[in-house]
Amino acid sequence: MLLFLLKRIGTMLLTALCLSFVVFFLTNQPAMLEKVAKFEGNARMSDEEVARYLQNHGFGRPMILRYGEWLGVIPGWTHEDDGRTSGRCIGPQTAAAAAPVYCGVLQGNWGVSRVFRDDVATIVGTRLYMTGKLMVWVMLLMVPAALLIGVLAGMREGSRTDRSLSTLSIATTATPEYVSGVILIAVFASSAVGLKWFKGTATAAMENATFENFFLPVLTIALFGMGYIARMTRASMAEVMTAQYIRTARLKGVTFRNIVLKHALRNALIAPFTVIMLQFPWLLNGVVIVETLFNYKGLGWALVQAAGNNDIDLLMGISVVSVIVVLVTQLISDIGYVYLNPRIRIS
Amino acid sequence: MDPLTWTGLLGPVLNPVLLAALAVLVLAALASILLSFLPAPDPVTGGGGTLAMCRSPADWARLAVQAAMGVIIAIAAIYLVGGWVIPGVENKGIIGALSARLLPVWAALAVTFAVSITYKRRLGLYGKLFDNMIGMIGFGIVMFWIFTALFAGLFDWIVTHDPLTAVSGMKNKVPGTPLRGAGEGDYPYYLLGGDTLARDIFSRMVQGAWVVIRVAPLATLFAFMAGITLGLPAGYFGGRLDTGLSFLANLILAFPVILLFYLLVTPEMVASGIPSYMAIVLFILPILFLCVMINARFHTQPARRNTLIAAILLVLGWLYLSLINDGGTPVAFLPAQLDLFDIPGGILVVFVSVVFVNAPTVFRIVRGLTLDIQTRDYVAAAQTRGEGPWYIMLWEILPNARGPLIVDFCLRIGYTTILLGTLGFFGLGLPSDSPDWGTTINQGRKLLSIYPHPAIVPAVALLSLVLGLNLLADGLREESLKD
Repeated sequence: MLLFLLKRIGTMLLTALCLSFVVFFLTNQPAMLEKVAKFEGNARMSDEEVARYLQNHGFGRPMILRYGEWLGVIPGWTHEDDGRTSGRCIGPQTAAAAAPVYCGVLQGNWGVSRVFRDDVATIVGTRLYMTGKLMVWVMLLMVPAALLIGVLAGMREGSRTDRSLSTLSIATTATPEYVSGVILIAVFASSAVGLKWFKGTATAAMENATFENFFLPVLTIALFGMGYIARMTRASMAEVMTAQYIRTARLKGVTFRNIVLKHALRNALIAPFTVIMLQFPWLLNGVVIVETLFNYKGLGWALVQAAGNNDIDLLMGISVVSVIVVLVTQLISDIGYVYLNPRIRIS
Repeated sequence: MDPLTWTGLLGPVLNPVLLAALAVLVLAALASILLSFLPAPDPVTGGGGTLAMCRSPADWARLAVQAAMGVIIAIAAIYLVGGWVIPGVENKGIIGALSARLLPVWAALAVTFAVSITYKRRLGLYGKLFDNMIGMIGFGIVMFWIFTALFAGLFDWIVTHDPLTAVSGMKNKVPGTPLRGAGEGDYPYYLLGGDTLARDIFSRMVQGAWVVIRVAPLATLFAFMAGITLGLPAGYFGGRLDTGLSFLANLILAFPVILLFYLLVTPEMVASGIPSYMAIVLFILPILFLCVMINARFHTQPARRNTLIAAILLVLGWLYLSLINDGGTPVAFLPAQLDLFDIPGGILVVFVSVVFVNAPTVFRIVRGLTLDIQTRDYVAAAQTRGEGPWYIMLWEILPNARGPLIVDFCLRIGYTTILLGTLGFFGLGLPSDSPDWGTTINQGRKLLSIYPHPAIVPAVALLSLVLGLNLLADGLREESLKD
């Protein structure tokens, strides 16, 4: 088990390293760097000015060295201009001589966001909290609803309930967040239909989440993921219900309710557990769409802002965080599967 | 001119019936759910040792649901047919007028279904689809959009106005508004209203279908080619190759899709040429696949093999070279006379990134199927015969994996449609006046709480196409499992 964990964590680190390099590579293309220079300076900079800006701000070194700087394994760049030394590790307050040599992710320095003018670590922290709040409510709504639908559909395969619930779950998987969000806002929040039960934006929910301003975004994300989990639960439940021990229980005269609740349910919930964990990458996608649609300033919203302005450090921070979330949930799903299903042992 | 009503002449007669049927449907559905928790009544013992079951309240509620559904479907059908028979646009109503505009689509659908149902016993898996209600509904919806897109894109039939022209005074108008200053040949109404730039929403939606139908299936096909070409050897040979390829696939899968889109689908990135280089790699895989496939099968008949491979290389190779070669990007080496066509940079990068995102999942599915199938006896038999590994992979394993792959192909077209919509929603890749559904939703969402119709129409269109594909996949899965 320990060896398995070590191996998995090793793969995870390697994956995170590769992915952060890919993001770094793409955000540091010459055309993208020109965008950065024009964002910092002015939009009408000439090519020489752009080149000089990039040279003065540490973008002149080869990409692999700069990736090392970001990581913190290669000394940060320094540049001397009229006796004033600037550099990666030299902030406005620190003196050039006292500045550390290495300052990258390994030293805990995630860089500074150019769009928000703040430390990446702070931004990612606050935004992650916002997104976390959203995700907790999504999970609280999605998982019980999906399991309920799946179990109800799967316990009597082929029945009328099964067919209508299965069609319902197909319909929700066919509705991406930007479609369901638009329809939900139009129906429940627009003045054209006139119901106006909920708010069409969730900006106020960041400080003070109420049912009125927070339900629609939560529902929008939950709907898309719900159908898939429900279908997996249904398949697993239907399979368990055909097992021999269920037939034995029925022949002994156990009531249907007891068969479902005491005999079938626990075994049927193993597979959905894995599926729920593997839904996280998709949920992250949904979060970006929903946060943009409802103007809820979480991690997804920050990602859109950072990507639109090629904010390299913030993009690197967000991608590392989201990749780690995805990989950790995969690991949890693997370990949890082993614990839930005693037939599987990792050798 | 008065604005159109939704239902026209038939409305005053049929709308009350429709509302009543809807009310009955909702009440009866609730009742049947509640009553289903009651235990079923015991059978009554009749004379002569017979048993009789009485209809329980739950049964009556269920019957009421069915009757109300029947009435609603019948009325919907009357509205649609009414659109063809009632003369004059102003009498048809919006639904009738839409139905009349879509007349070629209805005709094509009727022909398709009639032919397929007549010969369904000879059509294999496709024919079996018509034994399955869900599959048939899904197939109907998908074909509806395919025909709509084809007729609009190829013959310019269904659209009422030019999807890019704005008409002054039609900004954000509700569905059924008469066209201001309509000329002699103009269609007199904006059937589904006007958007924020005063363009006809109905025509944009129909043209948007043409964009989606051209890109989504093709992109999915390329993703499958890439996934199959890499997944078969990974599963069959295993070992280092498998570890390496699986690691790469997991790497791409761990990437947040939207971040990848934001990084790849930007004008700066198109100028840097990275999408073009990715296109070079991704689009050569199908050619490689076909050549290896032909070689594995016909390597004992060199003459035949050589002609086939030469033909493939000539035709597909030329297409490939013209596809990747584009004057505006760093990949431009062919002289202009030999370059058959240019894909606009925006479309190519959208295409590449969608293929890139989909291919790893296909790879994993194919790899899993290969691992499963290669333990079968017919694979062992082929190995004993001394067949080469590629022959076994492409002519023994792949044909036997086709069932799950076809089902996944349908699902994945739907997913690709969703991805295309996502790109449009974030305003990436396609030009901002493109009529595709994602871009239209993105433009409509800004005024969503005041004028919902510009965003709702493409949203419902996208929803119905993806739903149709999912239902079709479900039907196919059920029918292929019956064998």
